[in-house]
Amino acid sequence: MAIRKICGIETEYGIVFRGVEDPNPITASSILINSYLSDLTRSGGAVHGAPGVGWDFEFETPGADARGVTNPESMPPEVETHMVNAVLTNGARYYVDHAHPELSTPECGDALSVVTFDRSAEVILERSMRAADALLPEGQSIVAYKNNSDGKGNSYGCHENYLIDRDLPFGRIVAEITPHFITRQIFCGAGKVGSELGFSSELVPFQISQRADFFEEEVGLETTLKRPIINTRDEPHADPQKYRRLHVIIGDANMSEVATFLKVGTTAIVLAMIEDDWIRRDLRFAAPIHALRTVSTDLSLTAALPLAGGGSATALEVQRYLFERAVDWGQHHGFSVVGEEVGPEILRRWNQTLSGLETDPESLASTVDWIAKYRLINGYRERHGLEWGDARLHALDLQYHDLRPEKSLARRVGLETICDPELVLQGMSFPPEDTRAYFRGACLAKFGDEIISANWDSMVFDVGSEPLRRVAMMEPSRGTASHVASVIESSQTAAELLAQLDA
Amino acid sequence: MPEREQIRRTPTERPEEAVDEAPSSSEAGEKLKAELDDLLDEIDEVLETNAEDFVRSFVQKGGQ
Repeated sequence: MAIRKICGIETEYGIVFRGVEDPNPITASSILINSYLSDLTRSGGAVHGAPGVGWDFEFETPGADARGVTNPESMPPEVETHMVNAVLTNGARYYVDHAHPELSTPECGDALSVVTFDRSAEVILERSMRAADALLPEGQSIVAYKNNSDGKGNSYGCHENYLIDRDLPFGRIVAEITPHFITRQIFCGAGKVGSELGFSSELVPFQISQRADFFEEEVGLETTLKRPIINTRDEPHADPQKYRRLHVIIGDANMSEVATFLKVGTTAIVLAMIEDDWIRRDLRFAAPIHALRTVSTDLSLTAALPLAGGGSATALEVQRYLFERAVDWGQHHGFSVVGEEVGPEILRRWNQTLSGLETDPESLASTVDWIAKYRLINGYRERHGLEWGDARLHALDLQYHDLRPEKSLARRVGLETICDPELVLQGMSFPPEDTRAYFRGACLAKFGDEIISANWDSMVFDVGSEPLRRVAMMEPSRGTASHVASVIESSQTAAELLAQLDA
Repeated sequence: MPEREQIRRTPTERPEEAVDEAPSSSEAGEKLKAELDDLLDEIDEVLETNAEDFVRSFVQKGGQ
């Protein structure tokens, strides 16, 4: 039986420190985040943020491998704990990671909620840039980019996380979700000018995905080198007897809300189908990495990809099959695990998008990033008679992802929006109400001074008289507003809250 | 190479129920073209002034 697909997105943003000789990206990222935190403090502190509360690394085990073995040669780098690392009252984590500012959304109950909090994250970055620029000397400025590559072979990630059933054999997850990861890029690729694998601009003028060039393995623990399509990090941040967290490292960061919605929504449904054993065809590709890159560079969407079990399929055919299974799955199981209202909307958008890709891809220029970007850049190229290798086209590619509203090209190409703008602003400060993120965020807002640290599955309180108290939050579905709002409301102090929780 | 053609495809078989959903007509095509022209006129003002320098100096440390 499928379990509720609690999910979230963590985005590493590209960063440019303008007006500085030989800038240090870690410094720039720290300035950016600290500027935001001090701006929050100045404008009313605890209600909007809890800048004093740091991240708690007590139980983080990024080296644990879902395959049950830990290869000492493929350990991820040590987590750097000394850099800026804040927990926000919306339940998110905002920190410096690998020389980039990174924002992890709170745990969300469905794909639309993820899109909303991903947009809230963008607005937080916008406000961070303004706050930093106000503090920096004249002529200096920090700019964040929501993309995944600098065009020179360096990539940084946009990861998704999905709660899945521990009982599901990991081998089946690998076999059945990999074809989705290889083919979903046709609607959630963010597009990229050129190749970072050394191919000329004649061979690869433009490709569908930002990230496809950087994947070299099918399965593995790495996230920064020899990246695998399936990441095996086994760190559930929840009860490990019951849950896994599928850590997805292969997606592009999207500027289009519809693309983020489809990326997360279709993946949540496919994972639920795997839990319910609803995928009836063996869709494994004979050569997954080759298939991934072929799909990314095939703008005609017609490449036939050899299947491991014989025969072949195009990316569109795989997606069409998964969509049809999803319709059938929804009829049999309903949509409670992906959202009663959101589930059917995912299917509607999925169908509409596949139909558009099948018949007239350009009709999707307001919803699919790579098509919007291609249309813009190719239009510019034709107008000015430029070759594909021209720096101006690369500049347009980068500037598509500029998070300054006045500079962002993505904000100008007419992308459809699906989030309520009010909820996006609210999401900067207030957590989702339907996951444990509610407890984290609401406690930080009300008892920030009495909280020493927080992480995904626990919070540490200092109530003065007794030893520090760690409150475990091992059930991502508990600690919602309906569970704890009244308890938090009726407690004047953290001590009262803890006493009520103990009772 | 006619790049624009690369993302066009001749209509192939498509499921019955999808017919109403695919937003496509020559009228819509004309509208898109006009919008693109307007957009290209407009973005000239916001583009990074020295594209070559901008692209060269956009170097990121690898991340995850």
